[in-house]
Amino acid sequence: MKIKADTGVCVGAGMCALTVPEVFDQSDDDGTVVVLDPDPPASREAAVRRAVQLCPSGALSIEE
Amino acid sequence: MTEAIPGLTYTTARERPFDPPDELTRVREETPLHRMIYADDHEGWLVTGYALARAVLAHPSFSTRPELLHPPIQNRLIKMKEFTTPPGFFIRMDPPDHTRFRKLLTGQFTVRRMKQLEPRIEQITNDRLDAMERQGGPVDLVQAFAMPIPSLVICELLGVPYDDRERFQRDSAVMLSLRSTPEQAKAAMDDLLGYLRDLVRRKRAEPSDDLLGGLVAGGELNDEELAGVGLLLLVAGHETTANMLGLGTFALLTNPKQLAAVRDDPAVVEGAVEELLRYLTIIHIGPVRTAVEDVDLGGHLIKAGEAVTIAAAVANRDPERFGEAETLDVSRPVHGHLTFGHGVHQCLGQQLARAEMRIAYPALLRRFPGLRLAVPAEDVPMRSDMAIYGVHRLPVTW
Repeated sequence: MKIKADTGVCVGAGMCALTVPEVFDQSDDDGTVVVLDPDPPASREAAVRRAVQLCPSGALSIEE
Repeated sequence: MTEAIPGLTYTTARERPFDPPDELTRVREETPLHRMIYADDHEGWLVTGYALARAVLAHPSFSTRPELLHPPIQNRLIKMKEFTTPPGFFIRMDPPDHTRFRKLLTGQFTVRRMKQLEPRIEQITNDRLDAMERQGGPVDLVQAFAMPIPSLVICELLGVPYDDRERFQRDSAVMLSLRSTPEQAKAAMDDLLGYLRDLVRRKRAEPSDDLLGGLVAGGELNDEELAGVGLLLLVAGHETTANMLGLGTFALLTNPKQLAAVRDDPAVVEGAVEELLRYLTIIHIGPVRTAVEDVDLGGHLIKAGEAVTIAAAVANRDPERFGEAETLDVSRPVHGHLTFGHGVHQCLGQQLARAEMRIAYPALLRRFPGLRLAVPAEDVPMRSDMAIYGVHRLPVTW
């Protein structure tokens, strides 16, 4: 999987960083998503999919 | 099925303190989307199903602008429409105006920043517990614990003197009371805005290392906008976590097994906070939106100009999404509830609220293992008359 993040759409709610802190962080400047690991291991796949689903702004997507 | 109950109107009147009004639940059992008559006789919509609620909140064609709003009940929403919403009050703006304000603030409310606040929240919580212990029971948990913790935290974060709390807590209560006349609500809002304008002016003269001080120094907002932003954050920071702490403790005290799990098992606390947020949904009116163009919603046409009220408390009990949703089960894995909303307006302070609740609930229950109600449960006064649900008072002893 490959994670795509659109910081122009992101509203900085932090659901991704809350759900998978190993993969997502937030910018100190405006709180928008920072992808720490765009190609996470299979062991984190379920959590990453949940983070994508929880994202309130639709800023996250997954390319298989 | 969108006409199952002809002439349906919204209600905040509950049969039981922790469950949303039965009539709204009955609507959800019939249909996720129903016609509804608004307080200004507008014929709009009520959304009770989880999937449609989420769809509306994420959809760019639904607006929160006050001039488009129809009030689901005779309450402050009508007042917000009649009176100019103050500049900087970005919860009532659509993108891109909303984006401009929100982006200035989101960096201050990140998961990591809120984690850095945890030691201070713990200290504030312990100070309140010490004070309760010194005083001895019975005490009103709202005044002794639920209100002071988020109030102190948001005051320190924003840079608002806590010593002024009598004034802004009173104004905030009048603004949020469904019993206030429009004139009373407007006077309270104007008083609070005046207070915040003075505070902003002082910060302009004397820089301060806090959120409002930072916004002043940033130079992007004028004093009117800064006061509006301050109003939104101050009121939202007070009334939300405070009511979750009060109502959540009440719910746990009437569910001893759930209470014991939160008290004794640290691994449960994170999920317990999400479950309490879902089960109690203190946002008991709305959110409310207005379609700015025709939208197809679940096979029904919502016409431009029509209002949609989301019954978040009922959607959060949707069995299609949450299974045995009528039961409080702090051990269940729960995520995706709508208590913080969804879409671009999802609660800015949600990570702060989580941090406060994750610290405060277990700290209270561990300090006072014998905590119990000091009055019969049916005598606890509920906030059905306020814009945000909860308990007015919670007399407890230990």
